[in-house]
Amino acid sequence: MALVSFDLDTEEGLSMIRRFLALALITTASAFAQQVTLTGAGSTFANPLYSSWSGHYHALHPNVEVNYQSIGSGGGIRQLIAGTVDFGATDGPMTNAQLAEAQQKRGTAILHFPTALGAAMPSYNIPGVTATLKFTPAALAGIYLGKITKWNDPEIQRPNPGVKLPSSNIVVIHRSDGSGTTYTWADYLSKVSPEWKNKIGVGTSVNWPVGLGGKGNEGVAGLIRRIPNSIGYIELIYAVQNHILYGEVKNSSGNFIEADLKSVTAAAAGATKTMPADFRVSITNAPGADAYPISTYTWLLVPEKLSDMTKAKALKEFLRWGLTDGQQYCAPLTYAPLPAAVVQKELQQMKKLQY
Amino acid sequence: MSNAVLATPEVPFESRGLDKKQTWWERLRKGDEVVHLITLAGGWSILVITGLLVQHLWVYSRLSRHAFGWHFLVDSTWDPVNGVFGAWPFVYGTVVTSLLALTIAIPIGLGSAIFLAELAPRKLSNALTFLIELLAAVPSVIYGLIGIFLLIPVLFNVVPYVQKYFGWIPIFNGTFYGVSYFSASIVLAIMVVPFIISISREVLISVPVSQREAMMALGATKWDVTWRAVVPYARQGIMGSIFLSLARALGETMAVTMVIGNVAQVSTSLMAPGYTIAAVIANEFTEATGDLYLHALIELGLVLFVVTMIFNALARLLMLTMKGHEVVG
Repeated sequence: MALVSFDLDTEEGLSMIRRFLALALITTASAFAQQVTLTGAGSTFANPLYSSWSGHYHALHPNVEVNYQSIGSGGGIRQLIAGTVDFGATDGPMTNAQLAEAQQKRGTAILHFPTALGAAMPSYNIPGVTATLKFTPAALAGIYLGKITKWNDPEIQRPNPGVKLPSSNIVVIHRSDGSGTTYTWADYLSKVSPEWKNKIGVGTSVNWPVGLGGKGNEGVAGLIRRIPNSIGYIELIYAVQNHILYGEVKNSSGNFIEADLKSVTAAAAGATKTMPADFRVSITNAPGADAYPISTYTWLLVPEKLSDMTKAKALKEFLRWGLTDGQQYCAPLTYAPLPAAVVQKELQQMKKLQY
Repeated sequence: MSNAVLATPEVPFESRGLDKKQTWWERLRKGDEVVHLITLAGGWSILVITGLLVQHLWVYSRLSRHAFGWHFLVDSTWDPVNGVFGAWPFVYGTVVTSLLALTIAIPIGLGSAIFLAELAPRKLSNALTFLIELLAAVPSVIYGLIGIFLLIPVLFNVVPYVQKYFGWIPIFNGTFYGVSYFSASIVLAIMVVPFIISISREVLISVPVSQREAMMALGATKWDVTWRAVVPYARQGIMGSIFLSLARALGETMAVTMVIGNVAQVSTSLMAPGYTIAAVIANEFTEATGDLYLHALIELGLVLFVVTMIFNALARLLMLTMKGHEVVG
């Protein structure tokens, strides 16, 4: 600046200032025009992933800021329907009634895009037992229905011949807060047990026939640790990061599978053939020899139409990036990445977005 | 009366000023009207906030109120999947834990307050009071963690003995999992004790010396002075501290949900797990889908509001009857 000297007395000097100001104005204006903030809300389970995406995406596209609030899936769906956020995120797909409500209130369809995978696994604390236990679907359903009450019940003992199980009473532990993990667990039990399906059903909170409630994964894990002869279910990420002992579960092919990133992705791959066009699919008890049966997608919820075109374009690009390049950030955070076939289907689905 | 007024020179002067009706403008200039308006606005804001709160709770619980009516209060089923909601286990848990917590906290709190105000050396009293006021500022999640990591392991060692000798009493029987009404009540008691101590101590200290001297002149012992002159004089303030504690216990969420077990059932045994209104709202509100479910949770908030009001009313009634006794005695 100091090098540029203006001669204010001359016509030339004045016009230079004018030109300089005009240029500055144009630069700032265009910078403001490109600056986009996308707001999203929902799933607490997927929060670490979306936060990581937001950071990495902002580094690549400094003009796009993604602001994600983990207020819970139910809250995310409500906010999306009310139109206070640009996108939502949920661990359980929206119901037909909710989709209809969104259509009516916002005048647009809502599309589901799976972004990553999670799983729930049985964790236990039996004094004197350090082995990895194998659980059959009947055993898990029986325990959570309160029908199987002793650890040495034949249904638990049979697949674990080498383990000496005590005759103690089983203490059942579940989540007390509404959660996608509970949704997945209940969804799995409904698929393998008609009695569970009829009596209890599927939801983020259910009417538990037995058991104590712990708040969050840490609450459930804490109760398991403190109460002998207890069993509870824990989210994959939490279990892996905290080195918690968990059991194998028998899948639809009859194999006992330990939950890990590979077996969870395998479940998604197994369910791809039967995937409905709107991606609202449960992948619990999915087919596949290596598929872990208590797996689930987590979804981004994106409106088919948006009025603000700048925002809409940015959202579309963010979504495309998340489904492709963004997938590399899943595994480090212990989310199972999407199978390639699912990503292809989703990129096709993106053509439905009217922007 | 008029003699007394004339005896003090300032009073007639002021009353003369009041007799000559001041205009609104004069009062405004002197500042009285300003203060009046500001305090009036403060008072009204409380009414408005409470009114809005009740209105909101009432309107947004309509679906649930229409669907279940009064059954909502007495039914014990809480089934979000099938849309059946009953509040009884939560109401029961809230009332039981709060009352038990106060039963534990009042003797400890009042005892400490009397010690700090009347018996302890002033230096010790000030130091301890500072610590107690720090306790009142500890976030409730910390108390929950204390419950989990310190209290429950201790209870796991103590409760079996209690059950061995007193297990025949219904409130002590059943399997003990660590998390229970009892654990929640103890954590609540620990949380509210600082309120009782801190407020009661202030009130006890501010009792006029003349009260003590009058009692001592009658030849009373130090304890007699404290118990029969100072404490009754400070009773209103002490009751105030207990009301405040009760309100905190009824509404406490985080610490309770960490140690109560979160099971929607009604048990006679204090060793059994249970649930409270505030805890279930905090647990389920974020993931609640469906309007009826949301309205049922908001109706729980309304119920909590009413429970708190009933408790306050009962406590005030209790105080009135106590005053009555005093007059008779």
